[in-house]
Amino acid sequence: MRFGVVIFPGTWSDCDFHYVIGEVLRQPVKYVWHRDTDLGDLDCLILPGGFSYGDYLRAGAIAGRSPVVEALPDFVARGGHVLGSCNGFQILCEAGMLPGALMRNECLQYRCQSTHLFVENADTPFTRGLRPGQVLKMPISHGEGKYYADAETLRTLKARNRIVFRYCTEAGDVTKDANPNGSIENIAGIVNDAGTVLGLMPHPERAAESAMGGTDGLLLFHSLIGSLVEDGSVLKG
Amino acid sequence: MRARVFVRLKRGILDPQGAAVKRALEGLGYREVQELRVGKVLELELEGTDPGQAHGRLEEMCRRLLANPVTEEFTVEIVEDGARQRLA
Repeated sequence: MRFGVVIFPGTWSDCDFHYVIGEVLRQPVKYVWHRDTDLGDLDCLILPGGFSYGDYLRAGAIAGRSPVVEALPDFVARGGHVLGSCNGFQILCEAGMLPGALMRNECLQYRCQSTHLFVENADTPFTRGLRPGQVLKMPISHGEGKYYADAETLRTLKARNRIVFRYCTEAGDVTKDANPNGSIENIAGIVNDAGTVLGLMPHPERAAESAMGGTDGLLLFHSLIGSLVEDGSVLKG
Repeated sequence: MRARVFVRLKRGILDPQGAAVKRALEGLGYREVQELRVGKVLELELEGTDPGQAHGRLEEMCRRLLANPVTEEFTVEIVEDGARQRLA
């Protein structure tokens, strides 16, 4: 399975993703520059965290109109998968690949901390190896991670089971106290209707080795690789 | 031709930044402030002389990039020869 890790000016989690995919998971991985639009040889594209284009105007706004992101609808239409973490989630929302928006944290603080995530949907390629209600531990690091969607969008997300992760306590209770940024209904991650585009504020690449305090982030990759390799949908060059 | 674009959070969307600034003003003794919301002003210098056409293009710029339709609303103002002509 072939991964691409996008670099925008200002991206900061590109090396971490590249290292985890290449060195920890031993999968083929390459960097993709933000001006590249040829994604033909990839199965999964990662939009990493950071401050793309300085996050000028709004977080992810300029990256959301960049050449590589404008190539995403075609990539997804032909079976490609996209994982956007942190700034990558913001970019996917700004680009209209996922609904809603990520706004300034309600507490107004930049939050860099460990969080627990309640697995709401274990039926996406990214979460198929998990069980519903499982609790994962992953760090967040953001100032603009408050997920917002209007009531109608929220109804659609629920009806189509597109809310994948919610912030919760260690015991798995989805409470106000467990919500680090004021996200509506504790939403930490959602997918597109087909389940092939995942956006989440937490950083799976920073929870990929026990020396870093946990390996729950690897579970998303194991699920994705398992889903794509086992069902034979890994894209052919 | 010069133009100004005002981008602000939609009514009903919580503005924690505005609330924090309002509290700071209260701390300075400005207790008359009932509500405060923080927005953005973008100033543009445009080619062309047709304000109607410019206005349409500016609205398109807002829809495509300058404002996030999920959370923000915008108004566009053309500024000509120092006289302000409010168009929307």
